[in-house]
Amino acid sequence: MPFIPHTDTDVEAMLAAIGVSTVAELFDEIPDELHMAGLQSVGNALSEAGISRLMQKRARADGEPLCFIGAGAYDHYVPAAVWDIATRGEFYSAYTPYQAEASQGTLQVIYEFQTMLANLTGLDVSNASLYDGATAFAEACLMAVRSNRKSQSKTILVSRGLSPVYREVATNMLAGQGITLQELPLEDGRCDVRALTEFNGADFAAVAIQHPSFLGTLEQIDAVTDWAHSNGALLIGVVNPTSLALLRPPGQWGEQGADIACGEGQPLGVPLSAGGPYVGFLVCKQAIVRQMPGRIAGRTVDIDGKPGFTLTLQAREQHIRRSRATSNICTNQGLIATAATIYMSLMGASGLREVANTCVVNTSELVAALTALSGVSLAFGSPYFHEAVVLLDRPVAAVLGSLSEQGVLGGFDLSKDYPELGNALLVCATEQRSSEDIVAFAGAMANLFEVAA
Amino acid sequence: MSEVPEQLLFTDDHEWLRLEDDGEVTVGITDHAQTALGELVFVEVPENGTEFAAGDACGVVESVKAASDVYCPLAGEITQVNETLEDEPERVNNSPYDDGWIFRIRPADATVLDSFMHTEAYQRFLAELED
Repeated sequence: MPFIPHTDTDVEAMLAAIGVSTVAELFDEIPDELHMAGLQSVGNALSEAGISRLMQKRARADGEPLCFIGAGAYDHYVPAAVWDIATRGEFYSAYTPYQAEASQGTLQVIYEFQTMLANLTGLDVSNASLYDGATAFAEACLMAVRSNRKSQSKTILVSRGLSPVYREVATNMLAGQGITLQELPLEDGRCDVRALTEFNGADFAAVAIQHPSFLGTLEQIDAVTDWAHSNGALLIGVVNPTSLALLRPPGQWGEQGADIACGEGQPLGVPLSAGGPYVGFLVCKQAIVRQMPGRIAGRTVDIDGKPGFTLTLQAREQHIRRSRATSNICTNQGLIATAATIYMSLMGASGLREVANTCVVNTSELVAALTALSGVSLAFGSPYFHEAVVLLDRPVAAVLGSLSEQGVLGGFDLSKDYPELGNALLVCATEQRSSEDIVAFAGAMANLFEVAA
Repeated sequence: MSEVPEQLLFTDDHEWLRLEDDGEVTVGITDHAQTALGELVFVEVPENGTEFAAGDACGVVESVKAASDVYCPLAGEITQVNETLEDEPERVNNSPYDDGWIFRIRPADATVLDSFMHTEAYQRFLAELED
């Protein structure tokens, strides 16, 4: 798809055709006080060479620290082929392929992305992707309220073990429609199933849990799912795609399975790159597919009976339904979804399982090494996946600062989001962290903490 | 020119209403509406027992090209919905005034029925649209 910029003559001709004299006039509707004069903290434009020098300098300043931070974005190995293929000219566009006649390859990739996500989650239908995990969760909440017609409620019961960032983004996105999140407390680092009984009979549009939780723990998914369904609520599961190589998929939680699964696709071949762009996914049961936001690539046959791909179920999208669309902020992340599809194809089911297994083993090795130090203990008795919370005998921020000076990013400081846990640190060791790396982390920690007797 | 039967009432949103013997009102979309939408692929009917105000969106008719709201033409409580549309949305295309009915409602105030168009008025309304 070539990108051809408008010449000044083109712009003048178009403005003349609609009887407007300047481009700025097209934005007259926006009140003056909402116009920004400029971006004050953004510097002046630089030449290409100047930008290259600046970026290289900043990259050097990052160094090559050992990363033990997870908390929603994970340092997995990205096979070289992933971005070599994803950045080929045929794929290298984030643009939506509305023209099926010109976009069969792109549509097929999206179709395969959807198929892989549906398989991983054990649910019927996936959309063509969303911005990221946080907005996917917010869309899942909106979708649940639209779909659950038995419920009058605009409240979603959300586990405190669901990512604080996701909850914050969702709160923001749901506020305009009067939808609120009510918090379900934690017990031993996971959703308190006994506390659920206090809500028996209360009307909720949905219950949302993250599994493994933000704190790394494995949730009691069957009990929570069945409770939701017996109380007339839908069940939203926020999941990590890597974990699904080993854990039971949301479609098989409890007696009826989760209704909607969503999450962050970054672990599937997408570099950390300072927080984005990432890719969200949203998968659901067939029964509620018409409330799914965004677009879906479908497989069909043409008039000659030959198989082909086309966008489908888009009648409720904003280019058709305007203000009554299922979502007015969502689009798909075509390029990143393409990379994720290539990653999954290269890894295969066995490769993905191997990655997940290695992460679990490495993290338990890391936990053992850290908790061998006096002043460091494991926070919860609940089983965990590839992240765990350790408690320190002193404030986490200072410890992380010292570690960083020794080239170790020692984890995610939970004290702001979970003050009730005290000096809590969330650590993660992906398949990228070798035993030597773990020893190096524990060694750097030992310089700060005494070795336990 | 699309079909506009006698004995029905019509709205400017191209819905029809039929007053039943028990005082309830059956609602559907007109032949003109189904033609404009094209082949329907999905009809979302309201939930039985729900109360709506006049003008509330209470359902959706979705074709390959567009999804449009079905508006509740008068205030009241839904007493019956056409569940066969879930599997056979094409009934609305094939039989908009009969098999393709969408829901029945018990009006909160039956006198509002006087405000809707009769057959002739709706025919004129359509003719003006086509001009």
